[in-house]
Amino acid sequence: MGNYIGKNEKRVEDPRFIQGKGRYVANLSLPDMAYVAILRSPHAHAKINSINTDAAKAMDGVIDVFVGQDLIDGGVGQMPVIWQLPENKVPVRWPLTPDKVRHVGDSVAAVVAEDAYIARDALDLIKVDYEILPATTGAEATTGDGKPLVHDEIENNISYTWGLGDKDACDKAFEEADHVIEVDIENQRLIPNAMEPRACAAQWTASTEEMTVWTTSQNPHIIRFGLSAVTLPEIPEHKLRVISPDVGGGFGSKIFHYPEEIILPWVAKRVNRPVKWVATRSESFMTDSQGRDHVQHCKMAVTKDGTITGLHVELYADMGAYLSSIAPLIPTVICITLFSGLYKIPGIWGHTTGTLTNTVPVDAYRGAGRPEASFLLERLVDMAAKELGMDPIEFRRKNFIPKDEFPYQTPVAFLYDSGDYHAMMDKAEENAGYAEMRKNQEDARKEGRLVGIGVCGAVEASGYGPAATVGALGFYGGMWEHGAIRVHPTGRVTAFTGSHSHGQGHETTFAQIIADKLGIDVADVDVVHGDTDLVTQGMGTYGSRSAAVGGEALVNAATEIRNKLVELAAHLLEASVDDIVYDDENGKVYVKGVEDKAKTFGELAFAAYSGHSLPEGMDPGLEEAAYYNPGNFTFPCSAHIVQVEVDKDTGETTIQRYVAIEDCGNVINPMIVEGQILGGIVQGIGQALFEHGIYDESGQLVTGSMLDYTMPRADNLPMIESDRTETPSPSNSLGVKGVGEMGTISSTPAVVNAVVDALTDYDVTHIDMPLTSEKIWNIINSNGG
Amino acid sequence: MQPSKFEYRKASTLDEAVSLGGGEADYLAGGHSLIPAMKLRLSEPSTLVDISGIGDLKGISRDGDTIKIGALTTHSEVASSGVVNDGCAALADAAGMIGDPQVRNRGTIGGNVAHADPASDYPGILVALGATIVTTGRSTAAEDFFTGLFETALGEGEIVTEVQVPATGDGTGAAYSKFFNPASRYAVVGVGAVVTKSGGTCESCRIGVTGASDHAYRATAAEEALSGSDLGDEAIAAAAAKVADGGEMMSDLSASAQYRAHLCSVMASRAISEAASRA
Repeated sequence: MGNYIGKNEKRVEDPRFIQGKGRYVANLSLPDMAYVAILRSPHAHAKINSINTDAAKAMDGVIDVFVGQDLIDGGVGQMPVIWQLPENKVPVRWPLTPDKVRHVGDSVAAVVAEDAYIARDALDLIKVDYEILPATTGAEATTGDGKPLVHDEIENNISYTWGLGDKDACDKAFEEADHVIEVDIENQRLIPNAMEPRACAAQWTASTEEMTVWTTSQNPHIIRFGLSAVTLPEIPEHKLRVISPDVGGGFGSKIFHYPEEIILPWVAKRVNRPVKWVATRSESFMTDSQGRDHVQHCKMAVTKDGTITGLHVELYADMGAYLSSIAPLIPTVICITLFSGLYKIPGIWGHTTGTLTNTVPVDAYRGAGRPEASFLLERLVDMAAKELGMDPIEFRRKNFIPKDEFPYQTPVAFLYDSGDYHAMMDKAEENAGYAEMRKNQEDARKEGRLVGIGVCGAVEASGYGPAATVGALGFYGGMWEHGAIRVHPTGRVTAFTGSHSHGQGHETTFAQIIADKLGIDVADVDVVHGDTDLVTQGMGTYGSRSAAVGGEALVNAATEIRNKLVELAAHLLEASVDDIVYDDENGKVYVKGVEDKAKTFGELAFAAYSGHSLPEGMDPGLEEAAYYNPGNFTFPCSAHIVQVEVDKDTGETTIQRYVAIEDCGNVINPMIVEGQILGGIVQGIGQALFEHGIYDESGQLVTGSMLDYTMPRADNLPMIESDRTETPSPSNSLGVKGVGEMGTISSTPAVVNAVVDALTDYDVTHIDMPLTSEKIWNIINSNGG
Repeated sequence: MQPSKFEYRKASTLDEAVSLGGGEADYLAGGHSLIPAMKLRLSEPSTLVDISGIGDLKGISRDGDTIKIGALTTHSEVASSGVVNDGCAALADAAGMIGDPQVRNRGTIGGNVAHADPASDYPGILVALGATIVTTGRSTAAEDFFTGLFETALGEGEIVTEVQVPATGDGTGAAYSKFFNPASRYAVVGVGAVVTKSGGTCESCRIGVTGASDHAYRATAAEEALSGSDLGDEAIAAAAAKVADGGEMMSDLSASAQYRAHLCSVMASRAISEAASRA
């Protein structure tokens, strides 16, 4: 027993997943259940003159049809934005829009019917008189004079502006620079596409006036709070249970409070029947909040010896038609704060304009602001190295923050906790056999082959986050976490976490932590999450926070359990607490030197519950609840080296080698960590080479299905050579840093750097993503070579 | 996703299937094009006549120099068939490039050609091979069968029963080269080539193209350019450059017309070279 941390425990959740026995919202079936379908706007921008639901209501099997005004009259609240910036303008958004549709997929009406087929058929009978309006698209273009306004009250479609950094130091750096590297970058719109589409169900129990909502959320407690405090105030929080059972991937898109989470319980109460809605894949494409979509005007100041002295970024971020739950955070607080990267850069200034367009709202998507920051920085670094004729690794090394300067205060707010960037890059270089790679590249080039090598180094802020800090920066709540441990009288343990697993494997890793802290068998620990009635409070899972914050809350609870057991053992063994040894390895407690008279964990648990002999003042029972509020973020980092080959004939890119070094501090379960890294890398490659959510000028989503939106697939990838360095975080007792997003953040620039390197003879310094074969072929075709 | 309401009839014989067809009815074979279209309500047949249980339409056999493939034969059966691999490996190759394993295990050759998706793989290689599409009424050369976007020579109630492919004889090689749409894995461009060599020269050839135009076509200008040539790199490149001439290039998200035309040339070069090496 014990010593589970650091071991490859097999994921306890996998047997049910791989046997198709997961419990997803879509699987939920309740007696007398009715089904909801939502009418979605086919137009990007249109005034609703009228909605006629008579024919739909008259259809056999239709129970009722509701429109936006019904919900407003019925007491629902506006969709809240829970991360706000000073003086931001928040557009009005209702669960069903009553007056105007503002993106394709905007919700117009809800049908409740006896089955899902009837509900779908009835949608075709709803007559909406739309007055089509011109649409506006493009993160920066939408601010232009004469552009249609998405919301009449928000001038120039600008919701907010926000800046951070030392402007004077930045100006000075550019005045004194020997080289100024400039690039305009379009960080394209992405569509998250979790494997499980969103779903929601609700059950109203009239006799006790209790509501239960099942939703595919990454943070059910936040949804419960949002519903009872803002959007559905008719259900008080203590009468509302929100359950997010097994959830099949989120990548950020399931953080947010969505209209269906209001519509379903509101409807369930009105028709007094349990109701369910499951998104089609088409609905996922046009209603799940999307990612990225920046236009970035960037420049970097560099001295002739290769020292980076300044970075200046003017950034436009497309927020879509409304502000999704935490949307203003993404291109501002969480993005510009990463502009220092792995480097000592004295003069940094970043400024964001958050804009509105007739497109699906944009919010956090894996990495959330940090990939957008790393991409521009790592592109500029690569371009600078090339301009100075330096090797990209050598150039990066020259500018790394040395390990003896941690904790390191950047000019953009963050205090990096720990890091050894040189050691990390050394390992990447060694694992890749970088010198050999370069030599092989030379040989390949001599044969006329387009082989490129890309390097990237990145840091991210994970473990969101200290409550006071996030509060000061605009978050409505605190980003602590809750954990509780209930030891049963037999010594078995149920742990409750406010974190939420939707693929991360918390049931395994959190059990490892608790088993180690209590010195018990990992199989004796069960982890419960995703139910507001079972778990007292929680902030959920996003921002790579579960281990660093949720894990620590459980450590706190375990520590309290231990303290009680030590006190109880001292009493039973008639010794002083100071003489008691808690043996983590063997799960027993004894008086120093008298090991043979030890009490086992199970014996002590039973003693706590029997209450036959407790120290004075101790209550029976053995369960403890704790909160953990982190003192700082954690700062994981990574170094990636990629080799690609571009097919001269077709423009297709093949990734030939992928070498990744991640440093996420101490590791609880290396196999799960590697899984997170590999998945992240693939998602980043998806952005680099394939994915693009495209809207045409009229605001139609052109890539609205898997036929047109390219997801990365296994055959696009080489075996990824993943490895780690371990620099523990001083920010928490486990020494862990978040790992969920690091792969995504580094892989995107690494791949683009490699392709640009491959095209070095074609007079190209930057290519906007995705690097489609046609785009590359056009460069090869038009730039000669 | 919920399709519109439809009647479902299962036919146990071909005659029964024919009698149930016509009007707003649609035939269901493997269902890998039709069912997704129905779920999106792009297709709303009043009746679905399920022909998947008709035993006569299954199986692969060889009759002299003709390979006969029943309409209900799945793509994976074609890809792994000894008869097809021995007699016409290029067809097996093309079948193996369709969709993914799930699609190949359900989708059928008859359903595929009847659906006539412009980006489908079979039409390109079948046109090149000089295949014959046999239906309940007649036999049609593949190059005459595909007539437009999702359009074929099929009449109302007519069912594809068999696809006949000539086995490639001595001195003849065939190959299929495909540029995959990275999202859908359909062909952005797929080129099938059949080359018959005599000594070092190309005695005759056939080139079929899919994905590039609204329906599969024979690239006759390229065929003429290649015939009689020495099959050297230059001759192949010159012929391949004419492959796009035979069709009106489509332009969409996956490729502009100009890029498609270029891909026709690249895929044709690859297919011709491979076919020549197999000849």
